[in-house]
Amino acid sequence: MRLEPVASQTLGRTLGFPAIALALTVLVASLLAMLAGANPLATLGLIVNGALGSKFAVLETLNRATPLIFTGLAVAVAFRARLWNIGAEAQLYAGALVTVLVGTRLGLPGPVAIPVMAMAAVAAGALMLLLPVMLKVRLGVDEVVTTLLLNFIMLLFISMLLEGPLKDPMGMGWPKSEALPRDARLPRIVDGLRLHWGFALGLISAVVVWFIQVRTTLGYEIRAVGLNPEAARFAGIPVRSVLLKTALLSGGLAALAGYSEVAGLKGNLTLDLSPGFGYTGIIVAMLALLHPLGVVVSALFVAGIFVGADSMSRAAEVPTYIADISLATALLFMVVAILMTRFNLVRG
Amino acid sequence: MEILDILMTASFWGAVLRIASPLIFATMGELICERAGVLNLGIEGIMVIGAFAGWMAVYAGLGLWPGVMVAMATGMLFGLLHATLTVPLGLSQHVVGLGVTLLATSSAYYAYRLALPEVTSPPRIEPFQPVDIPVLSDLPLLGESLFSQTPLTYLALATVAVVGFVLYRTPLGLALRAAGENPSAVEAQGLSVTAIRMGAVVAGSGLMAVGGAFLTMSAFSSFFFEMVNGRGWICIALVVFGAWRPGKALLGAILFAAFDALQIRMQQTPLGAVVPYQIFLMVPYVLSILALVLMSRRAEVPEALMVPYNRGER
Amino acid sequence: MTVPPSRGVVLRLNGITKRFGQLTANDNVGFALHEGEVLALLGENGAGKTTLMNILFGHYTADAGTVEVFGEVMPPGAPGAALAAGVGMVHQHFTLAENMTVLENVLLGTVPLWRMGLAKSRGRTRLQVLSRDFGLKVHLDAQIKSLSVGEKQRVEILKALYRDARILILDEPTAVLTPQESDALFDTLRKAVARGLSVIFISHKLHEVMAISERVIVLRHGRLAGEVATRDTDRHKLAEMMVGAEVTLPRAEARTPGETLLQLADVSLSAEGRRVGLDGANLSLRAGQITGIAGVSGNGQAALADLVGGLATPERGEMRLFGQPVQTWSPRAALNAGLGRIPEDRHKQGSIADFSLTENTVLEGYPAPPFSSSGIMNWGKARHHAEEIISRYDVRCPGPDARIRLLSGGNMQKLILGRVLEAGPRIILANQPVRGLDIGALTYVQERLIAARDAGAAVLLISEDLDEILALSDVIHVISEGRVSPEFPRGSKTPAELGVWMAGQGFDHAA
Repeated sequence: MRLEPVASQTLGRTLGFPAIALALTVLVASLLAMLAGANPLATLGLIVNGALGSKFAVLETLNRATPLIFTGLAVAVAFRARLWNIGAEAQLYAGALVTVLVGTRLGLPGPVAIPVMAMAAVAAGALMLLLPVMLKVRLGVDEVVTTLLLNFIMLLFISMLLEGPLKDPMGMGWPKSEALPRDARLPRIVDGLRLHWGFALGLISAVVVWFIQVRTTLGYEIRAVGLNPEAARFAGIPVRSVLLKTALLSGGLAALAGYSEVAGLKGNLTLDLSPGFGYTGIIVAMLALLHPLGVVVSALFVAGIFVGADSMSRAAEVPTYIADISLATALLFMVVAILMTRFNLVRG
Repeated sequence: MEILDILMTASFWGAVLRIASPLIFATMGELICERAGVLNLGIEGIMVIGAFAGWMAVYAGLGLWPGVMVAMATGMLFGLLHATLTVPLGLSQHVVGLGVTLLATSSAYYAYRLALPEVTSPPRIEPFQPVDIPVLSDLPLLGESLFSQTPLTYLALATVAVVGFVLYRTPLGLALRAAGENPSAVEAQGLSVTAIRMGAVVAGSGLMAVGGAFLTMSAFSSFFFEMVNGRGWICIALVVFGAWRPGKALLGAILFAAFDALQIRMQQTPLGAVVPYQIFLMVPYVLSILALVLMSRRAEVPEALMVPYNRGER
Repeated sequence: MTVPPSRGVVLRLNGITKRFGQLTANDNVGFALHEGEVLALLGENGAGKTTLMNILFGHYTADAGTVEVFGEVMPPGAPGAALAAGVGMVHQHFTLAENMTVLENVLLGTVPLWRMGLAKSRGRTRLQVLSRDFGLKVHLDAQIKSLSVGEKQRVEILKALYRDARILILDEPTAVLTPQESDALFDTLRKAVARGLSVIFISHKLHEVMAISERVIVLRHGRLAGEVATRDTDRHKLAEMMVGAEVTLPRAEARTPGETLLQLADVSLSAEGRRVGLDGANLSLRAGQITGIAGVSGNGQAALADLVGGLATPERGEMRLFGQPVQTWSPRAALNAGLGRIPEDRHKQGSIADFSLTENTVLEGYPAPPFSSSGIMNWGKARHHAEEIISRYDVRCPGPDARIRLLSGGNMQKLILGRVLEAGPRIILANQPVRGLDIGALTYVQERLIAARDAGAAVLLISEDLDEILALSDVIHVISEGRVSPEFPRGSKTPAELGVWMAGQGFDHAA
């Protein structure tokens, strides 16, 4: 068996194989439901209903999608440059931490605090990723492991602060920070609907990232470095500085997830602010084939699965982890599907 | 000197070996994969599912050793998935590895919830008990720490010797190392790169799973979520630290475990009362990053690591 | 036809056909190899020689046809079958594990995989005998990475002999050797034939084919174009069979050079990884002159190319550009100074496979107008530029939006050539500009380089093909172990004399 590149990539191929991948994922999810003794169709129905079945459900899905848009974009931007940023979780918490610090300690008036918190968060997330990427470009240290390890270090650091200097004195012993003042929160897009401007910021970010990727010299450089760093270096593209810029962009985007969760939804910082949004961002980005606008769609899809599975597991005897398995399966099927859009498996 | 006092106790060195054991298994597993040319980022998830599968098997009534076999087989199954995607299909080892970690972890959690829907705290099993090696265990300090361990720890140490022997003293090891250095050398001598690499990933994944199983079957006697807690990633750093050599990687694991055991004991000292415990818990992760930085200049990386091989293409 | 009747057939290919999509790489190819003969397989790049060998060794499965070794039909697609039947191959790119010793490389795959030990001492004894009998001297416990190219080739031959190969296939074996080393290789081959082995010698170098073979098989466009006994033919007839028409390769006529544009004065660069460094190199590139660098691969050419191309800076000595010492040096600085660079490896350095032709044509020119301004790309202008290069440089392709991965080597090289020349460079670095190209593309690229010289550019031509250097260069330097010889004017040294320098011997006398 051998892989042979296809001469021309038809639209049917480009869409067909990913569609098959998703169909297979649904099949796996059905099998898992059967394993739990549930009716697969009913289970899937409950998941869809839980994600989209009511105004409340839809809003819940949109809210869950918001941080995933940011972490998905962060991963998509980095992976384009073959920069394996697996540390979106740490960058998210860096953003959240700085948001809380600026929002609760500086005493800025709300309209000032909201943009300042965002900028500070972006800076914190960017710096968080800059360290491992510096180690990569200067010393050749693999960034996969360093960014992964920094996730653990960051969580311990946050835990230390929440039990120490940042601990809310009114928190009745819970490790959580003081809450942001009311006027430093992101307002709701429509009065009365539980959806904040963080979601809109996510959409805008996706468009901006898309523009950077296809229309700017930086985007061109990022793609060149990702596809063939040696050729990029030979052609005079400053590979190291492109990687550092990519790191700033990626880390900043991930930090906005933390910013938007704190300023838009939760109001304070806790240790369970993110149920793995940083890691899920990898799935979101891969399902979107690393396309920035696709990230929005896949973030909504992934959020829907999680929200739907949560609601389903309350009704049926199927553990909510069915969502995690399905998404990991979808990720693996999808990378095979991407391969199949470009190569034929031929004999001999 | 409190540190010296700690270092002079047998219980400390006993703990070092206990902490090192899962790392040794998994590091050897990763080392086998990487020597053959495949980075296996599935390690973290494979340790989780190994921890679960071994423990579950014993809880379901199997013996301890059959439990270890179940863990190993489960790990090999996920290794096979990883190998199929990365070796013949040549897909990104980064993406596939993370995918396997996510899949294995969530599968373990799903299966746990399916098997034990009601419980709030996980049931315990009767774990491996320490076995004193006659005579040797009576030696002062050394004896108590080195020769009064559970069988799995002895097995971990034996694994290093076996891996070292196979890699450097057998035709199989020769082929495996060549596959990670220049796969076309393997192909030109009539051997299958695909088979060797897949075999290495499957076998390596089996060891990783046993490393996970050590946690539930020897160290803690029960399965918790998040119990692997980054140990897989630490093992990847240990392989680099050990310059892809089994002996050096073993030293690395023991050194690392010594720091870990030390930080646990330091928490009980007056210093521990002043410094937040999280600082101590950060030690293993910070050490791993430091190890990577320290070793970065001494590149002895297998030449074909992470390079997929296509037959006939040279 | 010309088959010596007394000797038996040891290898026979019957009607081998292999297609890759639209391309037919082998079309009904058949021939036989006889015991104790040296058969040359001649054909230019892309004629289907490599595909044929991959089929013989079971790496590819043929669409039609069979392979017989010693009368036995080989199972298709089973790597190892031909090997086990006694066929040994010496690849152009060595198949050795660099981190292992000579002995370990030979033992690899010859001891059953599941055996407990390596039986090193038995292997050592046998290898010592083989090495003496065939005149293949090499230290058995040396790591491969410490060996010279010639020694590595000896290891490859030993590997085949150790497996009791009765048929030896050598793929372009002299491409990496000095003329003197080639002679030693021919000696070994004669010894092998005298012991009843049979040899297939794959090459596109006519004088070698004439020197070593008894019979010649010619492949052209995947088909068998002819078969002759070597004594009944000559170089001209073979060349005609190989390319289908009589060819005259471009030759540059002598011209008076202009001013010195780039000068290296006692420049040194240390070795890096597997790249040999430079040791006190002196070199002047003059306007309107082609400076050829002759030498066996891996003797410092890469370091020299890195230096001139902007990827490395001198550690000692001085580089002067247009009379001024160079201060900051990088690929970008080189481009800005008016250097055009044709890289050694068009896949790894020269292009990005998954980029379109348009994206590849602006790889060097993208940061400035008309292709971009204030960081925003102008893809319309870029595409227009790509269309111009495609038509001016005769690049055969589906269009500017196609991925460059789909292009043949010749068309890819033409696009790179267009990218370089359209920028109007005053100095051109051409590193192995025609390696792997068929005769059409080769002629085209060489003619363009001569035209650029005639228009006043200084050209640095690095090539491992001595014939190419001799045909194109106005002045020649030889490079060996990082040392650069004095400048030899055109025609002042014979190939054999240059060979002495390539082997590193002339330097000692000069010093």
